[in-house]
Amino acid sequence: MSEPFKFFEQSPHSPEIAARFPDLHPPFDQTAAVAEANRCLYCFDAPCTTACPTHIDVPRFIKKIATDNVEGSAKTILDSNILGESCARACPVNVLCEGACVMHRYNKQPIAIGRLQRFAMESIAYHEYPLPFRPAPDTGKSVALIGAGPASLACASELRRRGIRAVVYDSNTLPGGLNTYGVAEYKLTLSASLREVDRVAHLGVEFHMKTTVDADMLDRLESEHDAIFLGVGLGAIHRLGLDREEMGGVTNALTLIADYKRGATTGMSGRVVVIGAGNTAIDAANASVRLGADEVTMVYRRGPHQMSAFDFEYEHAKQEGVRFLWHVQPVGLKGNGKVEAVRLERLESRTDGSLVAVPNSAFELSAEHVVLAIGQSTHTELLGGGEAKPEKVKLERGRILIDRATGQTTNPRYFAGGDCTNGGREVVDAVADGKRAGTAMAAWLLGAADGGQNA
Amino acid sequence: MPSTTLETTFAGIKCLNPFWLASAPPTNCGEQVMRAFDAGWGGAVWKTIGEPITNVSSRYSSIDYNGQKMMGLNNIELISDRPIEVNLREIEEVKRRYPKHVVIASLMVESKRDVWHDIVKRAEGAGADGLELNFGCPHGMSERGMGSAVGQVPEYCQQISSWVKEVARTPVIVKLTPNISDIRMPARAAKRAGADALSAINTINSITGIDLNTFEPRPNVDGKSSHGGYCGPAVKPIALNMVQQVMSDPEAALPMSAIGGIGTWADAAEFILLGAGTVQVCTAAMHYGYRIVEDMADGLLTWMRRKGFHTIDDFRGRSLPNVTDWKHLNLNYKIVARIHEEKCIGCQLCYTACWDGAHQCIHLDRTLPEPDTKRTPQGIAVEAPKRITTTPIAKLDLNGPGAEGRYLTPLSRIPRVDEHECVGCNLCSLVCPVPNCITMERVDNGLPPQSWDERVALGIVPEAAEHGALPNPNA
Repeated sequence: MSEPFKFFEQSPHSPEIAARFPDLHPPFDQTAAVAEANRCLYCFDAPCTTACPTHIDVPRFIKKIATDNVEGSAKTILDSNILGESCARACPVNVLCEGACVMHRYNKQPIAIGRLQRFAMESIAYHEYPLPFRPAPDTGKSVALIGAGPASLACASELRRRGIRAVVYDSNTLPGGLNTYGVAEYKLTLSASLREVDRVAHLGVEFHMKTTVDADMLDRLESEHDAIFLGVGLGAIHRLGLDREEMGGVTNALTLIADYKRGATTGMSGRVVVIGAGNTAIDAANASVRLGADEVTMVYRRGPHQMSAFDFEYEHAKQEGVRFLWHVQPVGLKGNGKVEAVRLERLESRTDGSLVAVPNSAFELSAEHVVLAIGQSTHTELLGGGEAKPEKVKLERGRILIDRATGQTTNPRYFAGGDCTNGGREVVDAVADGKRAGTAMAAWLLGAADGGQNA
Repeated sequence: MPSTTLETTFAGIKCLNPFWLASAPPTNCGEQVMRAFDAGWGGAVWKTIGEPITNVSSRYSSIDYNGQKMMGLNNIELISDRPIEVNLREIEEVKRRYPKHVVIASLMVESKRDVWHDIVKRAEGAGADGLELNFGCPHGMSERGMGSAVGQVPEYCQQISSWVKEVARTPVIVKLTPNISDIRMPARAAKRAGADALSAINTINSITGIDLNTFEPRPNVDGKSSHGGYCGPAVKPIALNMVQQVMSDPEAALPMSAIGGIGTWADAAEFILLGAGTVQVCTAAMHYGYRIVEDMADGLLTWMRRKGFHTIDDFRGRSLPNVTDWKHLNLNYKIVARIHEEKCIGCQLCYTACWDGAHQCIHLDRTLPEPDTKRTPQGIAVEAPKRITTTPIAKLDLNGPGAEGRYLTPLSRIPRVDEHECVGCNLCSLVCPVPNCITMERVDNGLPPQSWDERVALGIVPEAAEHGALPNPNA
């Protein structure tokens, strides 16, 4: 077992970042939590539980808050979702549990499930890990997990629960994947993510950080372990394909977010243009505002109704003071070693949905920072194919093809989950993928008779 | 058309309204009682007067329920801790300033004829409109042979009541304890002694709880506690039953000042429908203050107008004939649950209640190919985690909660009642959180009304099954 809070103690703890990114949704205190918990109707086969990809027994954990059994509440959450704290803070609850709450049809006020979950999880955050289960006795089986993000962490927990060795490899300094480096700090702090990873480490999961797994190493891991879990997430953010994209001042949303979360960036100045209109683009735009940028503009080639960000994220960005330029696309970057402006042209939609440039509509938008957030590439190179080797697993449009119920790929020894299989969804989807894969891997490794819940 | 009024006469005492404060901390002193009258209370039963006692600290404890405070309140406070002459002097002053308001002197002294004669004369001399004999206090005083120690023994109750009646010139109200197997016995005793009225119920013996850190009961007096008197909303059903029992008994029935969990106009209306002439309030006033009487009066008047009642007497006792023995209930009356699915929010509480707490006749099979009455809650719970759900991506997942129809209840979540199996127990409609979503509807089975009693008379069922070997003390 690792020492407690091993990763948590490596948090950068930047006071500037803490001051610039306070909680978006302040936590409940005991009184507020109990009052809210008492509103829950305690539905049978509750829609909130069904809507949660990890099927947390929501009424059960809420009832336990109401009865002052908060430790039991936290264990109920962890039993279904080992990353229950980050999900409580990062989940888009109004399209998940809270969106499904029957209260919408009762008094129009859904139960604040996310905040209650956070309350339960934080009440045990600094305890010596009251876990809902213990690792099972060693079975002699071993699994390598590539990537230390939510999918791998969830998978590893399920494996440890069933007595299987779980060894995680990741190229970053700190584990947690996007939970650590990619979720807006006002939703989930880096330190909270690490504290949660510590809980997973406490189950006996081994971490090899700063270790990039390439195709050769993957071969070696394959020979050392009984199975492989691929939780590699998505790759780099796409580039615009314009000249001078390497210029100073041009960055991408994930780097921007990771840098401020690590404390490497604690302030920004000048004008910022964010290109793209997904949830990550919004996070980057809001971060720029909070870091002190003078003016932040998001540009998107379609209109507000087509943006892939959630509506509530769009509303939040407007409240933060982000400006939006619709129906434009970048056609050039201006600057000399350092970006000075983005050249944009206007677009029109045709009835068939295709976009065409409006002739002679180009204009310049001054910017000292240009942040790209136009989707991420995939990790096809790691998984082979190509000339030299046969591909390890079958991909489809860059995504690893899996059986949804088991996470098993076309190669029976390989399982996968998270963004690399779903193209990029939420933390909770990655956890659900990892959990299903971990359970199924154990069943596959130990034989169906023993692979179920033996913990 | 006559106007609607709350004015009433109780055992000869003219009342501005039927709302009295019960003998308790809210009526401890004249200053309080006058503020209460200013707030709208029609009367006050003074905190019980007797030889001053010494109280303990602490004195109250309560039961909260699902976030609601003081569902039930318990106290181990004794009678007035102030000298008799102080209380009487203040009564005199209150009556001088508020001649139209009712002041009842609650009395408790040792069980001696001359002592009772003396206190009755002094209270009446102070101007009390009536006397309430405290034969109900369940804690402390009972250990000294007073309070419920008197109320629990009909002979004592009768003896002391008759001593009081020997000298009393104002109406005598005997306050009954519920800590007895049949409340009609002391009520009959009081009536035999010539009492003019009754009040019921006093508080119920209780221990409200144990501190789970210290293992000490509440209210805590230096690590120990004693059983106290329970009151508040939790005791209302018990009080309603006891008031009905007394008021339906010709040997016991007298003008009744009802007590027990009354905090709203609706509570008051229910007690009056079971025969009460006035109601007494304590816990609700202790919780929220005297100001609650405004809505009690306003709400009761509004309800009376809506129902066409002009006076309290127009509806007093109106529900008494509707309370009967079980053996007279119509066994051929049949109702079944109907779920109004346009109101159903899909919580499925009716489903699990019916399966685990009733008769297994509500089913979740609306979207199955055919009705399935064998599918259990446990079976559903096993299947549920196998469903694979993902976060809906806006604009891509049209079937997600973000899509149109988000707030409609899916048909699969709307339960179905098997009306042939439904026994009409009401449980589903009781647990349903939505008003009028589940209604209990009468089903015409073509059978004439028939009670158990009638079946016995017809020889359909043996008489022995009704009457056991032992006489029923409640019969």
